Amino acid sequence: MTATLNSLTQIDSPVFQPERGFIVAMARDARLAARSKGEAIQALAFFVVVVSLFPLAIGPESALLKRIAPGVVWVAALLSVLLTLPRMFANDHADGTLEQLALSVYPLPTIVAGKIVAHWLMTGLPLAVLSPLLGLQFGLASGELAVLCVSLILGTPVLSMIGAIGAALTLGVRGGSILLALLVLPLYIPVLIFGAGAVEQAMVSIDFSANLSLLGAIVLLAGLAVPFAVAAALKISLD
Amino acid sequence: MAASSVSNSTQTAADTLRGSGLRLERGSRTIIDNISFGIASGQALILRGANGSGKTSLLRMLAGLTLPDAGVVLWNGEPLRALSATWRSVALYLGHNNALKDDFTAHENLADALSIDGISLEPSAQLEALEKVGLIDRRHVLARRLSQGQKRRIGLARLWLALSHAHHKPLWLLDEPTNALDSEGVLLFTELIGRHLGRGGIACIATHLALDIASRAKEMNLDSRIEVVR
Amino acid sequence: MSLFKYSSPTAFYPLAGKLVPWFAALAAIFAVIGLYLGLFVAPEDFQQGEVYRIIFIHVPAAWMAMVIYLAMAMYGVMALTFNTRLSAMMMEALAPTGAIFTALALWTGALWGKPTWGTYWAWDARMTSTLILLFLYIGYLALINAIEDKKRADKAGALLVIVGSVNVPIIYFSVKWWNTLHQGASVSVTASPKMAAIMLWAMLIMAIACWTYAITISLVRVRAIILERERGRSHSTRVANTLSATNIVAGS
Repeated sequence: MTATLNSLTQIDSPVFQPERGFIVAMARDARLAARSKGEAIQALAFFVVVVSLFPLAIGPESALLKRIAPGVVWVAALLSVLLTLPRMFANDHADGTLEQLALSVYPLPTIVAGKIVAHWLMTGLPLAVLSPLLGLQFGLASGELAVLCVSLILGTPVLSMIGAIGAALTLGVRGGSILLALLVLPLYIPVLIFGAGAVEQAMVSIDFSANLSLLGAIVLLAGLAVPFAVAAALKISLD
Repeated sequence: MAASSVSNSTQTAADTLRGSGLRLERGSRTIIDNISFGIASGQALILRGANGSGKTSLLRMLAGLTLPDAGVVLWNGEPLRALSATWRSVALYLGHNNALKDDFTAHENLADALSIDGISLEPSAQLEALEKVGLIDRRHVLARRLSQGQKRRIGLARLWLALSHAHHKPLWLLDEPTNALDSEGVLLFTELIGRHLGRGGIACIATHLALDIASRAKEMNLDSRIEVVR
Repeated sequence: MSLFKYSSPTAFYPLAGKLVPWFAALAAIFAVIGLYLGLFVAPEDFQQGEVYRIIFIHVPAAWMAMVIYLAMAMYGVMALTFNTRLSAMMMEALAPTGAIFTALALWTGALWGKPTWGTYWAWDARMTSTLILLFLYIGYLALINAIEDKKRADKAGALLVIVGSVNVPIIYFSVKWWNTLHQGASVSVTASPKMAAIMLWAMLIMAIACWTYAITISLVRVRAIILERERGRSHSTRVANTLSATNIVAGS
């Protein structure tokens, strides 16, 4: 029986294929998210509700609303991502699969990268796709809506990445979610400035490409360094 | 490269696992105090001790998840580097938790564990493993609806497949694998351990049960800190 | 290297004890000289009058806010690469002082701003990034206090400060960028008139006073941390024993 099994066994050489770890982790989190669709939808609903609160708090004056729209949408996106961060590693930590991931044949940074991309696909990307609809409520023109959407597509991956560091550091810590916000929000400021700034520049017909380029540069730099930082943070938290 | 050289070496040369002067502190509490042991291919180290005596901590330390405050773990004479690529291809760790996703079925959980381990198997082989551990009829049931013993049996399925796999990991670190298992399950587990040791594997097992592998097992009681020194 | 001897907390404890009085004395002397020069010798500013004298506290405090965070980041790198416990303890000892200097810089900046520009707070690039720096200090302190296991807290704090220090220049640049984008809302704090030499001297001496003060306080604090952490540890009972022995000798 063992002999027949061996013939069926496909041997990966995992050491040579670190990108497999990325794919395994991403597919795994995507499937898990598909099992509990509610969570992704809740974050999206939160985003819509928060954005809708501002006109109620400030008043329906359309010029003012249009003026604050980029900031409002960006801050709401930031808060929605923040809400989803604790469960990035907490479930895996609680059921013991995080230890298995850390002991996986694949390098932990590749697994972390896969989890971050999965997180972005579940939270940041839907927010960005939905954002033009909310911008419309605030009276943004079509060109401005496009810039808003693009700025969120470029910026939200960074929110997932920096958030992953915070989530890994606060894993299993009492009062972790508030602490997580305290750690992560100051580090979100550059992304917020460049993201909302791009839309504001588009609104006053200034060239906004510099802001988007800066966001792109941050995504690339963070993408190189963050998986290693998160892996280090997870090792610290598992110790 | 590391993985293949390791699996080759398990077939040819004898492996050794040694711990020397291991100590672990948490805050002001000393959880593991000056523990030393040594086992070689074909041997098992059975960890005994009351709850909180440090069995889990010691196993996590051997797995490379926890760094000792003092002392060193040696694999074939080389100091263990925590979570290094080599080490990850040597050690198979079944933790205190079942490491199952509640939202996955029994079969999906097994497939998930295998993919994390970098093992791709035909579904038929996975079904064979589930059959062997008596979960074949429950394979489409979500893990959250499985009993504790059934959850443990998914771990047994991993061990069974590990034995059939060419990248046989030489070191098994098992934390209460017999917990919640019925007598039939314990028999199966004993059989798997016997085969693993028979192939020249090494196992460290925390358990309360007397396993029928006594001839190849060394016992270490963490309560009285009786050290097993070779 | 004999210096490495002092990377052990137990060896460092008595050394720190010997250094504290010296640095404390230096801090007191430089503070007195600096304040005297700044408050009595330096001439009145022809534009701002007497109010400008707050810079003798404000500017050194703002420098220290940055310097201490960078020092913490360097200790953080040491803590993670060499796994030295003393480095993490130094971080923990420095953080409250850094946070206080940051708060002091913000507070004195506000007090200076009101008479000079008619507002306590302006969203100026420097003030905003100093505020964010304060958040970073608070985040670090919150993290290490929330984690019960000290070993984990040390490493997690070290990693957080390293990540933060990489971000500090990006934050500063982004805030400056944001500030130029929103011209008009801010006042320029950077435009400082040509300073008289005596003013510069007073400021430098005050900066040295702040440095030595920070060193004194963090050495005192790290001694307390060493005692607290090593309580009950085998090799540290030596420290405690020596301490109680000296107390007994002193008492008898």
